[in-house]
Amino acid sequence: MKALGSRFFFYAGFVVGTFTLYVFLRQMWFERTTPQGNNLGKMYEHQHEEEESLWKKDRSALFNLKHPHHIGEDSHLADELYRKVRILCWVMTGPKNLETKARHAKQTWSRHCNVVVFMSSVDDPDFPTVGLGTKEGRDQLYWKTIRAFHYAYEHHADEADWFLKADDDTYVIVDNLRWVLANHTPDEPIYFGRRFKPYTKQGYMSGGAGYVLSREALRRFVEGFKNKVCTHTTSVEDLAMGQCMEKVGVLAGDSRDTAHRETFHPFVPEQHLTAKFPKSFWYWSYCYYPISEGPKCCSDISVSFHYVDAAGMYLLEYYTYHLRAFGYKYRYQPPIPKGYGFEQLTSRNAAEGQDMTFQENDLKEGNNSSQDDQRQDADPPPAADKDPPAAPEGN
Amino acid sequence: MLSEGGSFMKGMILGGVFCLVVSLLNSYSPVTESRTDDHHHHHVKAASKDELKHFSGSQLKELENQVQVYCVIMVEPKVLVYWATTLDTWSKHCDKAAFYTSEASKALDAIDMNEKDDWTRLRKALKHAYENAGDMRWFFVAQPTTFAIIENLKYLVLTKDPDEPFYLGKAVKSGELEYVAYDSGIVLSYEALKRLVAVFQDEEKCPERGRALWKLSDDKQLAVCLKYTGVFAENGEDAHGKSLFNSKSVDALIKDSMNNNPNNVVEGCCPDLAVTFSGMSPNQMQVMMFGVYRLRPYGHDFHDFLTFYPPKGSDND
Repeated sequence: MKALGSRFFFYAGFVVGTFTLYVFLRQMWFERTTPQGNNLGKMYEHQHEEEESLWKKDRSALFNLKHPHHIGEDSHLADELYRKVRILCWVMTGPKNLETKARHAKQTWSRHCNVVVFMSSVDDPDFPTVGLGTKEGRDQLYWKTIRAFHYAYEHHADEADWFLKADDDTYVIVDNLRWVLANHTPDEPIYFGRRFKPYTKQGYMSGGAGYVLSREALRRFVEGFKNKVCTHTTSVEDLAMGQCMEKVGVLAGDSRDTAHRETFHPFVPEQHLTAKFPKSFWYWSYCYYPISEGPKCCSDISVSFHYVDAAGMYLLEYYTYHLRAFGYKYRYQPPIPKGYGFEQLTSRNAAEGQDMTFQENDLKEGNNSSQDDQRQDADPPPAADKDPPAAPEGN
Repeated sequence: MLSEGGSFMKGMILGGVFCLVVSLLNSYSPVTESRTDDHHHHHVKAASKDELKHFSGSQLKELENQVQVYCVIMVEPKVLVYWATTLDTWSKHCDKAAFYTSEASKALDAIDMNEKDDWTRLRKALKHAYENAGDMRWFFVAQPTTFAIIENLKYLVLTKDPDEPFYLGKAVKSGELEYVAYDSGIVLSYEALKRLVAVFQDEEKCPERGRALWKLSDDKQLAVCLKYTGVFAENGEDAHGKSLFNSKSVDALIKDSMNNNPNNVVEGCCPDLAVTFSGMSPNQMQVMMFGVYRLRPYGHDFHDFLTFYPPKGSDND
């Protein structure tokens, strides 16, 4: 009797064991996606090696040797602009932010500048960064700015036509900046950015959204400090900059596209596109030009966004230079910049360049009319969960 | 008692080992088989330059006009904001966008399936789409958090014959079954949908109410039904073998890439001509709309052999 009992238990255990492990294996092992190509790893290694040979490190600046290119694209117009509208980008950063912020700017947008210099309080020959000999902190911002521009003028005045200041959390689309600047020459005393109106007669440019000086504007800035026309008026860097520019006769330019949409942005795309800023928010009273919320906020050829974190830098790089809709004909066609002889390059495009948007009858017939009417009743999108930073003086 | 308990334990261990051995043996043979199969049947890529050489310019224009996509978008009132955002964003690029809901909502217009059960609702929606297809030959099934770039879908299937059964997206293997993941979007050709609607009549092979004990997820259930009609899941990918259909949001994929390829984040992340992302919040969808259809670097042009125009009366693309 006993032997029979234990044999029964043995079989029962066997069944239970098989069943348990089967269920377990099903969960862990059998769920897998189809295998993908494994020559991807090799491709990325090769690209990494290429990256290393992209920059020439010289005097703490990075000189772009190879303007980044995409397989299958026709970038002759961008290349021409790269040669003729040379931009030196300097990035305001500090020792604590090198690995968390500046590095990502270095790996993404700064590769599209002709020259890039990372400005810090401390020299770092490896990154590389220039040591400006200041301390770190909000109250040092204008000191750093003054010294950074002086450094750029003293070391690189012949190597660039325009001089851009950006923060280490600003993302800049340098190709689009070249479009804005190509309608002007570096001998004009002018500077561009996101124009704010308070405290000054002609307005001043938001520091966080980045701003760019012509070579002449930079010359006058340096001259202004030599003659004591410009001094360290306030530590609010962008306002102080604006005050100096006004004093030395540099014009505050209009950086909007031909459809009057802003190109330099003080916040991330999500906030400009979706957030409804409360009317009491400083932004409403600061902007020089009328503010548009929603899709009209931002030009197709936007130049900058601010408060962009590390992941945001890569995301913007992906959206700008990589992800696209195959064959899509963009609604807005920016006109080819005058001067510099670009029109001869693309005689076919020159004619197209005249009309900003193509004809209505080219548009796709959609079955969307009924859906449009219903949209009025839809719940509004939820407010952005991150409140826009309440920067008191437009920084 | 002790000897019986001991026997039980011995039996369990032996049973576990037995199961392991059997599954190990099983896993070796199918893998070698499927490797050769993969090459021919399980991957779908867009037409290569060589393949395109066989088509004249006018033939390609013909194909461009013919490749029309009917979007089957499954929604529910409890995800109203996703529904509204989909309506306001990517679905405008479908040739026809139909919203199939579990129950009617006063706020938004949709085809009310009046069905709470997800699988039954999907069946009804697909049947409705088939019956209202008109000239459309391609069907794309989406969930509320899916974002699709329809132009890239059209490019992928451009030279594929919709009178052949195509069932593609992000192909996932579960045991013996290969299915297309639901959240990253399901693409069906006219022939595949035709066969599917036919097998819906067969309560044995493709029951309307899933049998309670072994209730499969909707995407697996769909694969099982299609398998009976001789239609198999295929992975939609780019020339490098990277999947064009993503089950995660672009933000999540970028963060993954920052961990896995810190020196090549963007190119290690996602393909240029991706078709779908999933798990996108409404705000992320608006940003993607801007990123795909508007934001670009001046002076960089792709002279694509197809032209897709923006929809009328839309301001965010």
